[in-house]
Formats: sequence, structure tokens, C-alpha cells
Amino acid sequence: MYKYSDFDADFVAERNAQFRGQVERRISGALTEDEFKPLRLMNGLYLQLHAYMLRVAVPYGTLNSRQMTKLADIADRWDKGYGHFTTRQNIQFNWPKLRDVPDILDALADVQMHAIQTSGNCIRNVTADHFAGAAADEIADPRPVAELIRQWSTDHPEFQFMPRKFKIAITGAASDRAVTKAHDIGLRIVERDGEEGFEVVVGGGLGRTPMIGKVLRDFLPRADLLAYLEATVSTWNQIGRRDNKYKARIKITVHELGIDTIREQVEARFEKLRPTYSGVDQALLADIEDQFAAPEFASRDVDAYDIAYRNDPVFRSWADTNLTPHMAEGHTIVSISLKAHGQTPGDATSDQMRVMASLAKRFGYDELRVSHEQNVILPHVHMADLPQIHAELKKAGLATANIGLVSDIIACPGMDYCALATARSIPIAQQIATRFDELKLENDIGELKIKISGCINACGHHHVGHIGILGLDRAGVENYQITLGGDATETAEIGSRVGPGFSYEEILPALERLIAAYLTLRETSGETFLETYRRLGAAPFKAALYPETKANAA
Amino acid sequence: MARQFTPKVVTANALIEGDVIYLTDRDMWTRDMHMAELITDEAHAQLRLLDAQRRPSEAVGAYLADAAPGPNGPEPTHFREDFRRRGPSNYAHGKQEGRAYV
Ligand code: HEM
Ligand code: SF4
Repeated sequence: MYKYSDFDADFVAERNAQFRGQVERRISGALTEDEFKPLRLMNGLYLQLHAYMLRVAVPYGTLNSRQMTKLADIADRWDKGYGHFTTRQNIQFNWPKLRDVPDILDALADVQMHAIQTSGNCIRNVTADHFAGAAADEIADPRPVAELIRQWSTDHPEFQFMPRKFKIAITGAASDRAVTKAHDIGLRIVERDGEEGFEVVVGGGLGRTPMIGKVLRDFLPRADLLAYLEATVSTWNQIGRRDNKYKARIKITVHELGIDTIREQVEARFEKLRPTYSGVDQALLADIEDQFAAPEFASRDVDAYDIAYRNDPVFRSWADTNLTPHMAEGHTIVSISLKAHGQTPGDATSDQMRVMASLAKRFGYDELRVSHEQNVILPHVHMADLPQIHAELKKAGLATANIGLVSDIIACPGMDYCALATARSIPIAQQIATRFDELKLENDIGELKIKISGCINACGHHHVGHIGILGLDRAGVENYQITLGGDATETAEIGSRVGPGFSYEEILPALERLIAAYLTLRETSGETFLETYRRLGAAPFKAALYPETKANAA
Repeated sequence: MARQFTPKVVTANALIEGDVIYLTDRDMWTRDMHMAELITDEAHAQLRLLDAQRRPSEAVGAYLADAAPGPNGPEPTHFREDFRRRGPSNYAHGKQEGRAYV
């Protein structure tokens, strides 16, 4: 597994010491809040509705058992015994006290973790497919490249004060699990004539102006990546709009100038920049790749799995939903659902974190992943160990068999925590999950992605949910808008709004009508909600959502 | 004619804990909105806000929030302020811990 270099460790230690001094000066009154705020944001510390919130980076979503255990210890010692995993592959602590934050940062540094640069107008935490290095459909592990980008962009002098923040996602597989088309730059590892390279997509994003990224280069040779990224980012750095925060993201630049104009400028810059990359980065990349090398996968029989699968229906149902094919024989990828029905999506207690850490250590080559879907992954597990793993997860309340189903909901913190929220999102997710569990319809409904945001910033990815829910404040009352037909994968699409929003009380019944309509409209039980929507369009779903309007019109 | 002034309370977050706090008429911070000073005069509201902002080592982000008189003291008029005074709805954390909030 990848380890920080001494340079990184020194850098983090120095930043932590600086921040400790800044916190002391803030508490003594020597620094005003105006002076302190940018400093705390640089260190991942936000002030939310009821408390501070510390956002800790999990680069490309990869953790080992020691790190997960440390997160559990932090949750117990300085927070309220739990942590919240987010769609940006971060973990957030919702209740740290200002005085304790320097100690928390030091505790994180003990296991090579930090909260640096998770905010500000810089290149953010590079996100990767959470099945990276494990998925059967992968061409190459994207994490070494993610790490190369991280090293290159961290403290890159040109990229600290950009028009706006900049987010990069990367996948090495045909199935896009990293939402690459909704990032400022999305990279997909592709093969052409036996050579490995990247498809570069630019200008995607969610937020108040959602856009699907456009292809900037369909094949970029591997060695040219950093020069090309630098060309892209610096082109935007020069022409991106700094006059208006809402127009500053590269998606607006691409939208206003057109992809062809951007491409011309990027390619011209790239020609100039390419000679300045001497290939040192490729040597570095080779080095990083060694550190990401896959474990030696053990070869054993899988009888224990077959027996449990045949005899234990609870195990079978979990295995059917929560496993994904692995590249190595006899192995599988386990998704641990943090979406127990009625619980807060993405939350894990300290005890649950310790259980996951222990499982990873004993059965998972000491690797864990955090997914943008707010679940935790054991990327490398031998099938023979699954019955034992399932039993331990079950005891810890972690064996919910719902990956990809109605109750596997992404929800942002919304107005229960977030200072920017216009409505709550967590209780909506809790109600939906509880209701469809009661109805015992989840497995029948099949794959359905519901995503909920508590304001237009779209942290909950509602635009790319098959069903998206956006919470708004309409004249002092919470109001929920539904979008349909969004898609976060390689066939990415922004969902369309269907009509007026629903109140807090109306939203769950509305969803029930919507999903009931799907169940009658689908052609076969195998046709997913999204497929039915694509086949029929919005009209029949609209009719289900707004029955009165239809009656009036008739 | 002068526009009707919506009553206000001065609210902020406590510097160390981040808790939601309110300014009382005795210049103390309280965590209970009912104990807050309900301000019914616009000029006085601005003065009280300045008072609060002069205490940066106790409070962060002071502002005036709409409020209405109630039997036990000021009540919120918007759901955001209602959530702020109570705490999150998914756990009995924050102010809901330790004592029941009515
Ligand atoms: C609770 C404190 C949070 C605050 C104050 C916050 C704030 C914001 C803001 C202002 C944006 C919009 C940025 C823009 O349009 O350029 C944003 C975007 C985003 N946030 Fe958050 N956020 C918070 C929590 C979260 C959480 C918990 C998640 C994950 C569940 C998350 C995931 C995201 C994502 C994925 C985006 C990008 C959407 C896009 O592509 O534009 N955020 N956040
Ligand atoms: S979408 Fe809005 S409410 Fe939800 S976390 Fe982001 S900023 Fe907060």
C-alpha cells in the first residue's frame, strides 16, 4: 500500500504545528474570525449549524486497518462516537471542539492522514473508482495516476489561487463508478492498439449549473498526462471567469466558448508545455505503481462459500446484492452498506469502524475503500471467507443487503448539519428506506439510485440520481423537487425536473406513487427504473406524481 | 409610514464548541433561545449586533434572526432557526443531549 514520502510527512507536520498556533491565537483573541476563517478552511475545519465539522481526506478512497481504527479512536475521543462518509470520499466529524482540532490533526498524521486542501480554490482530493485495483472490468488501476496528480498538484504554485476549485476523477474500468463525467476533468484509462492512454473529459459538474463533461481528447498517450493536465488547467486559469463565482468553474468556460475553442487553446499550450516534462514524472509514476502493486492473491477452494450460499437465504441475498466480480480467481469485492434502513446514510459508529478494520486486516489484505456512494468496501476478499465476514458484519449491524437498491440512498447532510442547506435531506432518506423495507419491495424494484441534496450545491449528486431529490426553501417551508432520468455512469445524464415540488409530508407518498407506476409500466421484471424511463419518457411518471393535475386536465 | 419591524434575537455560534448561542438582555450568552433578548426596535437591534460582534473570543458569526414572542420567550419564525435551536433530527445530539428540549 502506498506510503507518504518524508517530504509529505514533514509538510503535514509543519502545517499541523502552524495550525495549532493559529488556533491558540484565535482562542486568545489575537486572531479575529475574519483572519482565522481562511486558515481553518485550509485545514478542513468548517463551522456548521450546530458545531464545527472536520473534513478528512481519504485520497482515492483507500484506507488500511490502522487508519480506519484511528478514525474510530478519534470519533470516540473527540467526537460523538461516529463518523460520516461523504460522496467526495472524505470522512467528516460533526462535533469536534475547536480546542481539540490540533490534537485530532496530529492523531491523523500518526497514520498519514490529513485534512489539508479539502477546501479552497485549488485542485481537490483526486477521486477514483472505489473498486480500483480489484474490479474484473478494469484495464489498469487508476490510483497510481491519481497519486501522481496529487503529488504534482499539491502546492503547485500556479494552482493555488485559481478562479474556483477544481475536481478530478479517474477510472480504469469500462463501467464508470467514479462519476468522471460530472467532474472538472474526468479521466478514463483506455486502450488503443495495445497502448494504454486516457480519454480526457472536461467541463462536467453538478451544483447550480449541472453539466455532463465533453470529450477533450479521446486518446492521450499515458506519458503526456501531466503536460496535458497542466495545459488544460492553465488555459482555464487564464480565461476562466473570476468576475462571477457562479460562472468560474471550467464547465462554464467550456459551455460559453465551446469545446472546440477550448481544445484548440489546450492543444496549443500542450505543444509548448510538453518539452518541459522531461519524463521525471514517468519515473515517479513507475515508483508509485510499485507501491500500489496488488497483493499476492491466495488460491484456495471456495466450498465454504458454496455451502453457505445454498443453505443460508440471508447470506444468499446479501451475496447477491453486495458482491462485485474481482479480477483474481476465487476472490470478490464486498460492499459494506452504511445504509441500514432508517439510519443516516454514510454514518458509521466507532465500533463499526473497528469491525470493518478488523475484517480488512484478517480477511482483506488490509485494504478498505470508501465509495462516493457512502459505503465502505473490502476490495480483496477470498470467497471462502465470506460466511465468516457476513456473520461478523451482521453482528455489527453492517450486513444490510441493499447495494444499488432503493434504500442505498446518497444523501448530503442537509439542514441537520450544513450551514448552507435550504432543507433537510437525511430524514427524507431515512423515511424512504424505512418505508420500502416495510413494503418488502426492494428486491422486486431492483436497481434504483435515489440521491438527495439539501441545496442547489448538489453535494448529494441529485442531478445524476435515477430519482433525484432537491430540498429547497419555498416561502419558509421545506419543499422537495424531483428530477428523473439522471445517470452517474458512463452513460451519464442530468435528470430533468418533472414539475412543482412536494412538501416534507408529501414527498414520501409521491415517491411511492412514482415507484408503483414504474412497477406497472416496466416490460419485464428485469427492466430497471432508468430503462423504463428512457423507453417511455417522463409523461407516465408525471401522471403518477401529479394525479390531480391529470384529473383536472381531463 | 415606517415599515413594521420583525422582532429579532442576536444569535451566533460559540467559539470553542460551535454551539448555537443567543444574546440575553444581561449581555450573557445563552444556549436557550427562550432566554434570549427579544429585540423589537430596529436601531436597538443594530446596536445589540455590534455588541455581540465585539466579543470575538466568545462568539462566531453573530447575526440577527427573526423571532416572535411566545409564552416562554422568543420563538423562531423560520424552520432553519428552529433546527438551529434544537439540533439535528437524526440523533439526539447537540443541545438535545443531557436535557430534554421543549
Ligand atoms: C456539511 C458541509 C458542507 C458544505 C458547507 C458543503 C459545501 C459545498 C458547496 C458550497 C459546494 C458547491 C461548490 C460549487 O458549486 O462550486 C459543494 C459541492 C459538493 N459537495 Fe459539498 N458541502 C458540504 C458537505 C458535503 C458532503 C457531506 C458531501 C458528501 C456527501 C459533499 C459533496 C459535495 C460534492 C460531491 C460536491 C460537488 C458537486 C459538483 O460537482 O458541483 N459535500 N459543497
Ligand atoms: S448540498 Fe447543500 S445542504 Fe447538502 S451538504 Fe452541500 S451545501 Fe450542504
